[in-house]
Amino acid sequence: MVRTIRLTINGRTHEIETDDQRALLWVLREDLNLTGTKFGCGMGLCGACTVIVDRQAVRSCTTPVSAAAGKHVLTIEGLATDGQLHPLQQAFLERHAFQCGFCTPGMIMNAYGLLLQSPNPTRQEILDAMEGNLCRCGSYHRIVDAIEEAAARLRGGKQQ
Amino acid sequence: MKPTEITRRELLTAAGLYVMIPVEILLAQEPERLPARAGYPTDFNAYLRIGPDGRVTGYAGKVELGQGAMTALAQLLAEELDVPYERVTMVLGDTELCPWDMGTFGSLTVRQFGPVFRAAAAEARAALLEMASEKLGVPVQDLEVRDGIVRERRNPERAVSYGELVAGRRIERRVSHATVKAPGAFQILGTAPSRKDGLEKVTGRAIYAGDVRLPGLLRARILRPPAHGAVLRELDTSEAEKIPGVQIVRDGNFVAVLHPQWDLADQALKRIRAKFEFQEVPLDDSNIFEHLVKNAPPPHTVHQQGDLAVGEKLAQIRLEATYLNSYVAHAPLETHSATAVVQGGKVTVWAGTQTPFRLKTQIAETLKIPEQNVRVITPYVGGGFGGKSASQQALEAARLAQLTGRPVQVVWDRAEEFFYDTFRPAAVVKIRAGLDAEQRLVFWDFYVYCAGDREAQQFYDIPHQRTLASGGWGSNPPGLHPFVVGPWRAPSVNTNTFARESHIDALAAQAGIDPVEFRMRHLRDPRMRRVLEAAASKFGWKPMKLPSGRGVGVSCAMYLGTYTAMMAEIEIDRNSGEIRVQRVVLAQDQGLVVNPDGSRQQMEGGIMMGLGYALTEEVRFRGRMVLDRNFDTYRIPRFSWMPRIETVLIENPEAPASGCGEPPIVNVGAVVANAFYDATGVRLYQLPMTPERVKQALAKT
Ligand code: FES
Ligand code: FES
Repeated sequence: MVRTIRLTINGRTHEIETDDQRALLWVLREDLNLTGTKFGCGMGLCGACTVIVDRQAVRSCTTPVSAAAGKHVLTIEGLATDGQLHPLQQAFLERHAFQCGFCTPGMIMNAYGLLLQSPNPTRQEILDAMEGNLCRCGSYHRIVDAIEEAAARLRGGKQQ
Repeated sequence: MKPTEITRRELLTAAGLYVMIPVEILLAQEPERLPARAGYPTDFNAYLRIGPDGRVTGYAGKVELGQGAMTALAQLLAEELDVPYERVTMVLGDTELCPWDMGTFGSLTVRQFGPVFRAAAAEARAALLEMASEKLGVPVQDLEVRDGIVRERRNPERAVSYGELVAGRRIERRVSHATVKAPGAFQILGTAPSRKDGLEKVTGRAIYAGDVRLPGLLRARILRPPAHGAVLRELDTSEAEKIPGVQIVRDGNFVAVLHPQWDLADQALKRIRAKFEFQEVPLDDSNIFEHLVKNAPPPHTVHQQGDLAVGEKLAQIRLEATYLNSYVAHAPLETHSATAVVQGGKVTVWAGTQTPFRLKTQIAETLKIPEQNVRVITPYVGGGFGGKSASQQALEAARLAQLTGRPVQVVWDRAEEFFYDTFRPAAVVKIRAGLDAEQRLVFWDFYVYCAGDREAQQFYDIPHQRTLASGGWGSNPPGLHPFVVGPWRAPSVNTNTFARESHIDALAAQAGIDPVEFRMRHLRDPRMRRVLEAAASKFGWKPMKLPSGRGVGVSCAMYLGTYTAMMAEIEIDRNSGEIRVQRVVLAQDQGLVVNPDGSRQQMEGGIMMGLGYALTEEVRFRGRMVLDRNFDTYRIPRFSWMPRIETVLIENPEAPASGCGEPPIVNVGAVVANAFYDATGVRLYQLPMTPERVKQALAKT
């Protein structure tokens, strides 16, 4: 059904008139030009499209935009504040936890969702939470290390 | 540009004049033999520009696939010019701005293009020194450069910066005697600075071909046949047209739905009713091997020495086996994507491609326009692995942009990615070999079908041997493969290494000799001996007779001038048939290491990706229909697979830099198969070593 949907994305409120069954992914990418959120499989199988909706990591390719109505959406573009990288971004950058970078926004957002739920995850919890995110370049080890490091930094409260 | 409204009828007429080019021809592939380092411009200005502010821009026809080309090339440039790494920016894969290049594959960026790029920078530095000498009135030998500033050694006040010398112009001076730095003088090479592409990639600002946004941009979804070679017989687009804003373009078999939003174009595409006709081909993933052996072209002799008949007579133990591997997909996380715009007879295409310059030629041919009217820009590429040497999607986007007069973007979905992928060919290797009374290898007869001949010739010391190869991933007789095949990370070498190293291991078992010791006895090359020793010491290899029950394995390979030895430890769940790789050690000698962290990334990534073709990855198909359409059935490595990985880089800066993007992957199949034998006493002859195959093999004993 075409209707007006109001949602907050990266702190800004948008009103979008669209078919409310469209996937959030495409509304972000095509209607709002937020291209940091990636399309990898379209079926919830790779995690490249992961964004945060009200503190939960979701696959935006299988989330209808109606499910985000009235909610807060955070995408990779909204993660750095005042030009300061988020500790996850900083750790990914320093540890070179990426190669082609196509999975990276989804990895970071999924990890962000994990740390919201569980600020002090064990390595196994990280592995479990990240299991649905694929990296064809095989940066997995560095990604886990980066998440551990970012979690420690966040707990240390150096940055928020 | 002003988007023009085009009615459907007009489009059809325009399309009607259009000549179709069969997809198979468009899927040009990497030549199997790389030509010598030719075709690069000799004017160093083609590779670099120095701004008035002293910032340096480097230009290269290579592309950034994730392998770190942007960083490694910036390091080479900064080193030879003596400017800070931070002040260098790289422009890659833009056919208008960058010097010609054949393509980004074969781990050639540093190995083959690197010397050209370094030489250009070295000549520029020498020219700048001469210019500074004239300007300052100081002989060149009394000058030094640091951070892009030329100074008199004894009087550092007398100085002039590169920026001042060049003043925003081209450098006209040429120097014929410029030399590159010796390894001892390196300051930036051999270090691991922050990746040039890092900030953009962690902030989501990195632009890939499907992220390009232009006013009036239309997204295209293209009607695909159910099987390769299928012909469109019936078409009804009336339901699709009901979606507001949809445009349909048809040209023979080529039918596209265009809409400003990808998902709505896709919705419309799904409403098209089409009937295709195609011939059933009685092939599938189980009978393909027989078919390949029967229909492969006649072999060529890769290598021959001694006399096989003599060797066979000397042999006390003979061992014969056949090794198989299935078709494997590249499956980059970014599907093939491109954006095209035609403006005033000129077409610009942003493409996720490994071969921008070849693509430029193909676009010109497809659109029937002169090549100089085509520009290909390569933004970041979301993984290639050989699969983006073919860039069909870019031709589709260019064609649609020409037909509609609007900017058009093509982003394949995952099913298209699997369907049009240029798979790593299914292949068969037959080996016969023998040991004499002293347990030495006396003959080796190796015949590879369809994988290609790279590294088919083995490097162990065997007096009587022959290597034959038939077919490959390059050109093949029609009908040999049910779909297009092509180069896949380390083309042909994964297959050949799996077979060779499995067979060597089996012979070591027959001889009752520790598999490392057995290899050592047959290795003369000191670099290969050294990597094997390095791997063994890192791994803590304990000599043993196979099978020891421990589940450890070894494999060695040489590729692109790089020497590698891998060891692994596995665990097997005998009930489920699942193999779990616990630990991998990889030692590598790649000569001069430009960026050790970059090399380690490639090593770790290569091991992870290799686990896929070793354990789960195979394309299932029926006739010319590809059954895998997404990551649910086509399973690639994920977090839970992570073994402990340890990498050893051998220090060898005097040897030229060799490839590092591909060699790390080639041992993975064999090392796992060998560890499996060590654990169970059962040999697996077919890749991938799926739970079903494992259970079958174990049940036989
Ligand atoms: S694109 Fe959404 S999970 Fe793959
Ligand atoms: S970095 Fe390429 S897919 Fe993860």
